[in-house]
Amino acid sequence: MNILVCISHVPDTTSKINFSENNTKFDTNGVQFVINPNDEFGLTRAMWFKEKQGAKVTVVNVGGAETEPTLRKALAIGADAAIRVNAAATDGFSVAKQLAKVATDGGYDLIIAGRESIDYNGGMVPGMLAALLDANFVNNCIGLDVDGTTAKATREIDGGKETVATSLPLVVGGQKGLVEESDLRIPNMRGIMMARQKPLTVVDGVETTDQTTSVSFEKPAPKGAVKLVAEDNLDELISLLHNEAKVI
Amino acid sequence: MSVLVYTESDQGNLKKGAFEVASYAKAVADQLGTTVTALAINASNTNELGNYGVNKVLTVNNNDLNSFSAKVYANVVKQAAEKENAQVVIVSSSADSKYLAPLLAVSLNAGYASNVIEAPSNTAPFTVKRNAFTNKAFEVTQINTNVKIIGVSNNAFGLVENSASATSEDFSPAIEASTVTVEAVDKATDKVTIADADVVVSGGRGLKGPENWGMIEELADVLGAATACSKPVSDLGWRPHSEHVGQTGKPVASNLYIAIGISGAIQHLAGVNASKVKVVINTDAEAPFFKAADYGVVGDAFTVVPQLIEKLKAFKAQQ
Ligand SMILES: Cc1cc2nc3c(=O)[nH]c(=O)nc-3n(C[C@H](O)[C@H](O)[C@H](O)COP(=O)(O)OP(=O)(O)OC[C@H]3O[C@@H](n4cnc5c(N)ncnc54)[C@H](O)[C@@H]3O)c2cc1C
Repeated sequence: MNILVCISHVPDTTSKINFSENNTKFDTNGVQFVINPNDEFGLTRAMWFKEKQGAKVTVVNVGGAETEPTLRKALAIGADAAIRVNAAATDGFSVAKQLAKVATDGGYDLIIAGRESIDYNGGMVPGMLAALLDANFVNNCIGLDVDGTTAKATREIDGGKETVATSLPLVVGGQKGLVEESDLRIPNMRGIMMARQKPLTVVDGVETTDQTTSVSFEKPAPKGAVKLVAEDNLDELISLLHNEAKVI
Repeated sequence: MSVLVYTESDQGNLKKGAFEVASYAKAVADQLGTTVTALAINASNTNELGNYGVNKVLTVNNNDLNSFSAKVYANVVKQAAEKENAQVVIVSSSADSKYLAPLLAVSLNAGYASNVIEAPSNTAPFTVKRNAFTNKAFEVTQINTNVKIIGVSNNAFGLVENSASATSEDFSPAIEASTVTVEAVDKATDKVTIADADVVVSGGRGLKGPENWGMIEELADVLGAATACSKPVSDLGWRPHSEHVGQTGKPVASNLYIAIGISGAIQHLAGVNASKVKVVINTDAEAPFFKAADYGVVGDAFTVVPQLIEKLKAFKAQQ
């Protein structure tokens, strides 16, 4: 099995989100970047396919040179090779188009992406990629097994989950559940050393037209102070929720 | 030209979210000076859509559509959009709609903005505001294509009544065979889901163990709420993964979110901040959740929650 794992390079979950250039750009000052958590679950599942079923695992990112440490980390976790498409990731559709080119050129039969990136939360790249490749697609994927060219996947749905049968070529939008939190791997020294020897290929992007344009950003209005209610005065809480907040 | 809205149903009935996206579609149609067409698949109560400004309902009734397939459904929506010459297609933020929207976007060659929270601020260029950075910021996005798809964030726009009498038209699109087949569905049908719930009651590590969830479930019952939990609670196996909410779990956008024994870590808050009113119950007055909450009780969940249940029962009985 030839697996491609799409890696989004995102601010660490604890980052303070600020904007620069008159609120038109994300301010990366002091921000630490990581592998998008949803993608990390997918990458770890890919490592399982590598170790148990002899799969080859390539990771790919669409972005500038600043994303390379994130790809190196994926290599240190155990991916065999990395590709960086040298193009700005400014629009979900354009990113999907870049990835589709890489997927077609490399002849991958399983593509694992994250259900969404935690920065722009677009949630569209895996589905668009599947549509562009005319491949099968399972979103919110929380379980995946592959046997030959058939696949069984579990998908989270509102209020539960469902199991589906499908076949390769397949794109999944993954999340926690593909592997458990405790299965995630922290790269060790050997992994980090080996990652330096592994190929990280930079390819040029294809021509695309952005379907959406990010215009500006805003931060939520600061919150008012919490209203505290004494623990022996819960009638007050009920009254506030009923009369003031009008939510019960 | 028209605005097409895909109104989802569950077991033959339109979901509450269907009326919210219909309300949103009406607002967009008014801005564009056009009408709203809804697409409903295997739903019975489609006449109610008129109350939210829908002018026409395309009704599809077909047993081949009984189980959801994103690709097959996307293709049905596409055919409806083409038939109606839709300039804008509106979908919800349910798991199913988020699954089909990107497929639809490619087949209609349409730009797609997800998690949109307000009516467009401008229609030329077409500009919308959406949640980004997991509720830590808003992004203003312009959609550049002729056909546009908007995914409306749950519970962001609300229901807006707008009486119109909706006409109904049978619609029989071509339906392909699905190559992703549903083999089993595991879903509690008697419980409100986190996505649809007006009220969510959520428990954290402060509850000490799975045996203490009885009171969480009882509180949820009294309020007609869905139950949820913090990440470590699901990682520890105290509660199912499907209840994990936050940045790496399910998003919550309820009217009321009650956090019990949850510290309010940034990753937890990011996923639940879209809820309108937040209540926190925690022994530690310094817990970060108090900074994000509207109402708070500094106290022990094991004494506060049982009392709250009794008082709410009395309150509900009076209503
Ligand atoms: C990449 C990443 C992603 C993450 N994603 C998520 C996510 O999606 N969702 C999520 O929830 N977390 C997430 N986390 C974890 C997050 O950082 C916190 O560790 C987690 O939210 C803490 O859960 P908690 O509040 O239940 O537990 P704790 O932080 O242990 O808090 C327990 C709280 O209970 C209170 N308490 C104790 N006893 C009582 C009592 N008797 N009555 C009342 N209160 C009591 C304590 O004062 C404390 O505030 C993520 C972390 C990382 C690194």
